[in-house]
Amino acid sequence: MEAALGLLRRMPPKQSETALSALLSLLPQHSSDLLSQVDLPLQVLRDAESRKDFILCEYNRDADSYRSPWSNKYHPPLEDALYPSSELRKLEVEANDIFAIYRDQYYEGGISSVYMWEDDNEGFVACFLIKKDGSKSGHGRRGCLEEGAWDAIHVIQVGPEEEEMAQYCLTSTIMLSLTTDDEPSGKFGLSGSIRRQMKMELAVAEGHLCNMGRMIEELEGKLRNSLDQVYFGKTREMVCTLRPPAEIVQMRLPDS
Amino acid sequence: MADEEDELPETELSYDQKKEIAKWFLLNAPAGEINYVAKDLKAVLSDEEVYNEAAMEAFPVYNKSHMICLEMPNRAGDVIVSSYSEITENEYLDPRTAQVAIVDHVQQICTKVRPADDEELASSYIEEFRCALDAEIQRYVSESYPKGVSAVNCVKGKDVDGPGMDFEFVVIITARKLSPQNFCNGSWRSVWNIDFQDESQMLDIKGKLQVGAHYFEEGNVELDAKKEFQDSTIFQSADDCAIAIANIIRHHETEYLAALEVAYSKLPDNTFKDLRRKLPVTRTLFPWQNTLQFSLTREVEKELGLGNVESLEKKPFANNLVHLVPKAITHTSADKYLDFRKVQKSSDAGNRTRVSWVKARYPNRWTTSELLNDQTQHSKTTNLSRPWLIQLLNVSTGLKAAQNLPPHLCITLEIMNETLDLKKKKTGKDKTIKRRRIREGIKDSVSFRIALLSSSRRSLSLSD
Repeated sequence: MEAALGLLRRMPPKQSETALSALLSLLPQHSSDLLSQVDLPLQVLRDAESRKDFILCEYNRDADSYRSPWSNKYHPPLEDALYPSSELRKLEVEANDIFAIYRDQYYEGGISSVYMWEDDNEGFVACFLIKKDGSKSGHGRRGCLEEGAWDAIHVIQVGPEEEEMAQYCLTSTIMLSLTTDDEPSGKFGLSGSIRRQMKMELAVAEGHLCNMGRMIEELEGKLRNSLDQVYFGKTREMVCTLRPPAEIVQMRLPDS
Repeated sequence: MADEEDELPETELSYDQKKEIAKWFLLNAPAGEINYVAKDLKAVLSDEEVYNEAAMEAFPVYNKSHMICLEMPNRAGDVIVSSYSEITENEYLDPRTAQVAIVDHVQQICTKVRPADDEELASSYIEEFRCALDAEIQRYVSESYPKGVSAVNCVKGKDVDGPGMDFEFVVIITARKLSPQNFCNGSWRSVWNIDFQDESQMLDIKGKLQVGAHYFEEGNVELDAKKEFQDSTIFQSADDCAIAIANIIRHHETEYLAALEVAYSKLPDNTFKDLRRKLPVTRTLFPWQNTLQFSLTREVEKELGLGNVESLEKKPFANNLVHLVPKAITHTSADKYLDFRKVQKSSDAGNRTRVSWVKARYPNRWTTSELLNDQTQHSKTTNLSRPWLIQLLNVSTGLKAAQNLPPHLCITLEIMNETLDLKKKKTGKDKTIKRRRIREGIKDSVSFRIALLSSSRRSLSLSD
């Protein structure tokens, strides 16, 4: 099982889907573990009723149908399906609306969905998903990217409320891939996935949404910055080590 | 029993299928990590036979495509394993030392070396060119690449004895930096095809560069960059050719590196912004606590009967409100605004500061005061819908017309109209009422308008 996860870590991130399906066919007995631990780029389905797109994931799936957060119905229709409680559903609706605005402000496009369901120990779990296609043909505003995709999955586990405080445990996974195709730099592609966790205990005075929203914003910002500086920076460093730029080469020539 | 038998054929993969999957994993391993992949694969497959067969087939392909270089046993140097230097699957020619190395692909070592036969080597005429080029390239590589290895192979016209025929060389430069303990690996592969054409006396140079880097500490990030080049120069004597070719290669590769650097430096600000901004246009964090403000905006849209929900996603909020404006915007309401502007300037300090800020930063943007003054010329950016901005401001009066509004909206409008009401001067009592209402948590009219306008400003921003 660890070997399988190790394999997935080494495969090019762009081909993680193929890799996962290959592993699933090789190790069918571990399929549930693999599916829960590994994240794949998100898929989208159209909710014809409310004329919006919603994101598919394990958390809104029941058998082969997916529940839309906008209309709370399963597509394709399913009987005896699981629905969140009415209170949770209200929170879910509000969360979807607010998260859509958040997504608009930060991503200037894209699709978002929020799903909630009850937990075993009197808390609940919320899952915030964002999918953005930043390519020239998608929602990209500046037209730099030939192909760009950002998928963010945030799962927050909210513990039961005790004395006005609640425990929040957030696990975020971001998968992104971008390719630029210019004249001078040819085809330049970066892709990667990164996962982090964050635990906080906050007062519930302003509502769960406020706390969860702030945590997500903070962690997303951190992940974006670390992807940008640390991860892509490391690859840049590697290229410079392989072939130092001209200035450094000239400095060495006088020595030899 | 019957169930088990039925299940088995579905879940059990055939031998060939497993082999194919294993080969796929091995071939897609990043530079220098094939051994780790192999180890994990063995554990996953738990079947030695399948793994061995897959390895026998996959390793040579992997080695050739990554052009690994293996050290030859008699310390004669390195031999590059590539499709250009291949004699048989396990034998690769090193033209510099005129030896053939016998390699074991799976182990990735060179087991034996033997001197090359005459048929495998090029004729002396070709060899002259090749040698000169090799020397130049080697000099270039040792200058520019700390760990680079190069080779020049003749792929066509090996047996040409004198001038009059075409021949082709391939220059291979590879460099690898592997530091698995730092979770980082990288490789640079450049392949230059040089076509010596006799009739036109020209050299056609085609290059293909491939750079890869993989960083996998607590994550998995990969860089994959490719570029192709084309150039040509004249056919000269062996030494001059060599120098010319080396210069061309050096020039192109340096240029490419500079372009890569530029792309990387543009990454945080421009390229990444297409995926996700660092901060919203307001340059502040998202105000989660003011969810009331946003739900208000949404309610307004819902109440005013926006049928097409889809358009909400694509256009900014304010734009949608345009459709709701009653067609009969009477002149009286416009007059009200003109007069309002005079009052507004003296009393509403917050708005005034904002206006000057907008003017200072975006000289081409419409500001509220200009909009109210209908006499402003259309000298500003006309792709912005000034009309809808005016209409937006008119919405406040328009909204009042709709009587069946939820209570909180009515109150908001009341406050808005209060500020708009010119008959009343701002007395101390009015200000207290306003302050009290704000304290009661009801939206302030001015900040409501600022919220609407800031979401409109986002659509106005041209190149943020």
